[in-house]
Amino acid sequence: MLQIILGAISLGLIWAILTIGVYITFRILDIADMTVEGSIAMGAAIAATAIVNGMNPFAATVLAFLGGMAAGLITGFLHTKLKIPALLAGILTMIALYSINLHIMGKANVSILRMHTIYTPMENLGVSPTNSVMLFAFISVIAIVGILYWFFGTEVGCAIRATGNNPQMARAQGINTNNMITLGLIISNGLVALCGALIAQSQSFADVQMGIGSIVIGLASVIIGEVIFGKRNFLNCLISLVLGAITYRIIIALVLKMGMPANDLKLFTAITVAIALSLPVFKTYLRPIKKSIKGGDL
Amino acid sequence: MLTVKGITKIFNQGTVNENVALSDFSLTLEEGDFVTVIGGNGAGKSTLLNCVAGVYTIDQGSIFIGDKDVSKLPEYKRASVIGRVFQDPMKGTAANMGIEENLALAYRRGKFRGLRWGISNKEREIYKEYLSHLDLGLEDRLSDQVGLLSGGQRQALTLLMATLKKPKLLLLDEHTAALDPKTAEKVLQLSDRFVKEGNLTTLMVTHNMRHAIEHGNRLIMMHEGKVILDIKGEEKQQLTVEDLLKRFGQVSGEEFSNDRALLS
Repeated sequence: MLQIILGAISLGLIWAILTIGVYITFRILDIADMTVEGSIAMGAAIAATAIVNGMNPFAATVLAFLGGMAAGLITGFLHTKLKIPALLAGILTMIALYSINLHIMGKANVSILRMHTIYTPMENLGVSPTNSVMLFAFISVIAIVGILYWFFGTEVGCAIRATGNNPQMARAQGINTNNMITLGLIISNGLVALCGALIAQSQSFADVQMGIGSIVIGLASVIIGEVIFGKRNFLNCLISLVLGAITYRIIIALVLKMGMPANDLKLFTAITVAIALSLPVFKTYLRPIKKSIKGGDL
Repeated sequence: MLTVKGITKIFNQGTVNENVALSDFSLTLEEGDFVTVIGGNGAGKSTLLNCVAGVYTIDQGSIFIGDKDVSKLPEYKRASVIGRVFQDPMKGTAANMGIEENLALAYRRGKFRGLRWGISNKEREIYKEYLSHLDLGLEDRLSDQVGLLSGGQRQALTLLMATLKKPKLLLLDEHTAALDPKTAEKVLQLSDRFVKEGNLTTLMVTHNMRHAIEHGNRLIMMHEGKVILDIKGEEKQQLTVEDLLKRFGQVSGEEFSNDRALLS
């Protein structure tokens, strides 16, 4: 049982990076960015292929990050310059990436079993493979949370937040909202691809299909984090996202342990997210009478 | 300060819904002019402001602010010289951000936004000082989210944001229309004060004839995308609502059709 929980925490820490990426588009920019499904597989594909070809795993991971940023740039261009609705722009990039990822790998999946990965240096110090993944993911997540906390407090970070919150006001204050949306998409997809690279190296393979459902997992983690761990301020939000991603993985591990077939996993996740997203609607159904009685003292 | 030369704006051109909002419209504002704009429904008042601000691209003509032709500049670039307050109090501020963060965004209008901190402690003192002049107690709530403020407070804050960095042109688009009469009065007083203190060139659209008469040094009335009355100086000071309604009837040959204007 402890092993299952530890595995879930380790996986959750890696997926927390994707969750933060999804949060940037979904909550800060107020866009549902489907690019995620393509860019996570892209990150995995780039990292795995680069490692197979003898590249240093750290360099390969950075390359994956840059690849994800490029994917975000494409979606940003489609959305802001060509005026394609954000959802559709993301879907177009996602579909395009499927072919691109096949080109990167040359086939549907690439194995990096028994090759040097980003986790190897830690394993060489005597840490067990599972623990080194967890430790490395933990350090990465701390670093990313720190950097993003700083970044969204800077002038340009504030401009991105204002753009997502009220684009009309942002433009009236001289903010180039198109550039800010694109920048947000670039950062988000860079992080998602980084997550893909870390996943590929922890499971020792990259697969062109691995992105399917990742946006929903990201959303589920965002919502679980916000509901359970709060969103009082930005730092609290970021920490909630990490804890949300871990909680999601623990829940999944537990329901699988309790005997739910693995095939139903995506259905389970989709239903969870649908319920969580519709909570505000249910709340208004449950409370209207109370409000109308009190309406007199408005 | 503002020169609008023969601009035309047509919505849905070439369709059955074609609507000529502004046709060959010209207007010149001298530095320090405070012009109130009044007109019936669909007269083109808001379209004018949106064309000047760059929200809409114009079909013909040109717009100069100072000596600079801004006709083709995007909205966010024009913002470096234009301060704006909107009709909807929700539109002028970012609800999920703090009061100080909103002010800091406005403080950097027209400047490059880099990786320096979004707000410095020195600025906080400045904001506190400015907010205390609003007399709304906002100076003690710097980090409160703007979403927690009332409509009037948000409009006052937007006004402060619009003038924080002295704009060459201040555009007020029915900025008191969504407020209750008492709050509207207070926001108007604030507007007057900001305009006077900064000697700001201002264009204020209003649906309230009394407001249009009482504020500013010049009044223009629009009808079907054209200026039909242009009253300034001595003549404006003696103007009454009855005069205005009568003259509207004479010039346009119609009854003044703005229910909100008549009721208020």
